[in-house]
Amino acid sequence: MAKKGDWVRIHRVVLPAEGRNPNLPADTAKVPLEMWVKGSLCADAEIGDEVEVETATNRIEHGTLVEVNPYYTHSYGKFVPELIQIDRQLREILFGGEE
Amino acid sequence: MALAKDYASVMGRNNEIMKEAMGLDYDQFESGKMRFDYEGLMASTGYTLEEIERVQSLTGVGNTPILELRNLTALARKYAKPGYGATILAKDEAANPSGSFKARRAACAVATAKKMGYKGVMAATSGNYGAAVASQAAMQGLKCIIVQECFDSHGVGQPEIIEKARKCEAYGAEVVQLTVGPELFYTFLSILEDTGYFNASLYSPYGIAGVETLGYEIAMQCREKYGKDPAMVVCTSAGGGMMTGTARGLMKAGATNTKCVAASIDLTGLHMASDTAFNKKSCTTGHTGFGVPYAVDPDHSDVPRSAARPLRYMERYVTVKQGDVMYITEALANLEGIERGPAGNTALAAAFSLAQELPADEYIIISETEYTGAGKHVQPQLAFARENGIEIRFGDPNKEDKPGVNIILPKDPSYIKTIDMDLVHMRKSFIKKACKKYGSFDIDEDDIAFLAEETNSTPEFVKKVLEELK
Repeated sequence: MAKKGDWVRIHRVVLPAEGRNPNLPADTAKVPLEMWVKGSLCADAEIGDEVEVETATNRIEHGTLVEVNPYYTHSYGKFVPELIQIDRQLREILFGGEE
Repeated sequence: MALAKDYASVMGRNNEIMKEAMGLDYDQFESGKMRFDYEGLMASTGYTLEEIERVQSLTGVGNTPILELRNLTALARKYAKPGYGATILAKDEAANPSGSFKARRAACAVATAKKMGYKGVMAATSGNYGAAVASQAAMQGLKCIIVQECFDSHGVGQPEIIEKARKCEAYGAEVVQLTVGPELFYTFLSILEDTGYFNASLYSPYGIAGVETLGYEIAMQCREKYGKDPAMVVCTSAGGGMMTGTARGLMKAGATNTKCVAASIDLTGLHMASDTAFNKKSCTTGHTGFGVPYAVDPDHSDVPRSAARPLRYMERYVTVKQGDVMYITEALANLEGIERGPAGNTALAAAFSLAQELPADEYIIISETEYTGAGKHVQPQLAFARENGIEIRFGDPNKEDKPGVNIILPKDPSYIKTIDMDLVHMRKSFIKKACKKYGSFDIDEDDIAFLAEETNSTPEFVKKVLEELK
């Protein structure tokens, strides 16, 4: 249960596939144009409910409630061993044999 | 009665919405023919270079340092013939408040919006410009909405773009995130219409005039530090604003012998509006998917006439591969002790190769660095590529690179080699597109002269191309 005033993320289909720009690549033309926006919930609701939110610029947006207290999870990524190889190679080429 | 908000209705009101949202009537620059008054458009900002410097300095924008990349220069000289290998310099634009040169473009736009009495500003951008507008809006007390193309149809976001969303929100902006598709412009227009905010377009004259200080500073700082102008300036090229503004600034400084080179990552074969190709890209800007279409047809942006017209200024356009840029980004951190990128490092990979063509007593400068962080860093970029089934290995990028299929890291720095794009072909393509839009290949002498200006060529060249096209 999300309370009125909670910071949430909502989702909405802006254009269904058939209402999109007619000049799209085939793969994009098959799918709708979707949107995600964050804001303060205007009334108590459950995940999956159709809701209204007030955004950071005080706009009222509507859509399906998908997340309460949304947060970022992007990161520095998983280990990429090739980067260690690059580091070693560069140091060898530039400074190798001087020690 | 509420206005109809379907795709066709909103797009049909494009001109009226834009007029309201920019306080600028683009019709005044039209001549009724192919020609439009480009310099008139640029002058419409009402700002001189000195005034732009002043506006930018009020918010700590500009006057960034030039860094000498000594170890990368030494490395490049190992692959150059004796006496060759220009000193590689970087204009450290990451030092701007929002972490990139885009702060220059946003500063004047937001100041203008405030002066004209707008309550807020909007920009359609998935890149650093969003953060720049949000940062300026925060400093100047305006509201801000950024509209991003961010996710594929499975809701998987580009890590680089998600990081930009985070940064915009950190500055208090509202971020509207969308799935892939050019209808981003529709959503943008619709919100612009509802809010009455200012369209802080990247391609407005404010957006380009703001970059002129960058070119000007490059010339002045090089003269002060090295006693001469750089032989080459390399600009990472996407929408063309960097190239246009930097070149104009260099001209205003009288640096007429500095060669302006555009550089993009070669993403040939990946469709920019494709849902499935979206996350097969391992870089989100500075690539040919933007660089080429904006060079040959600048007027397909979010303003009626783009102030970014890179083909007027570039003297050379080179490409590098994704793997080159990843490699040089790692080299910059490991050999120079600075983490920057990714966008500016497209120019750096190119400069590493181009420096080898120039005598050792010359200087080559990349026009920007940008901040780096979670999501927009070489490791998450490569990790994301691997997760999306992209093969990553060492090899010869120029022989083995296939955008969307693999990333070929150069097996040693000698394999970082720029490839020149055919500028003659691009000029022809520009002329063809301009005539098609105009509806005729029969144009008068004045429009021929205009096309020569637009393509940095001659009336004779334009006439020859027109003959071929007829």
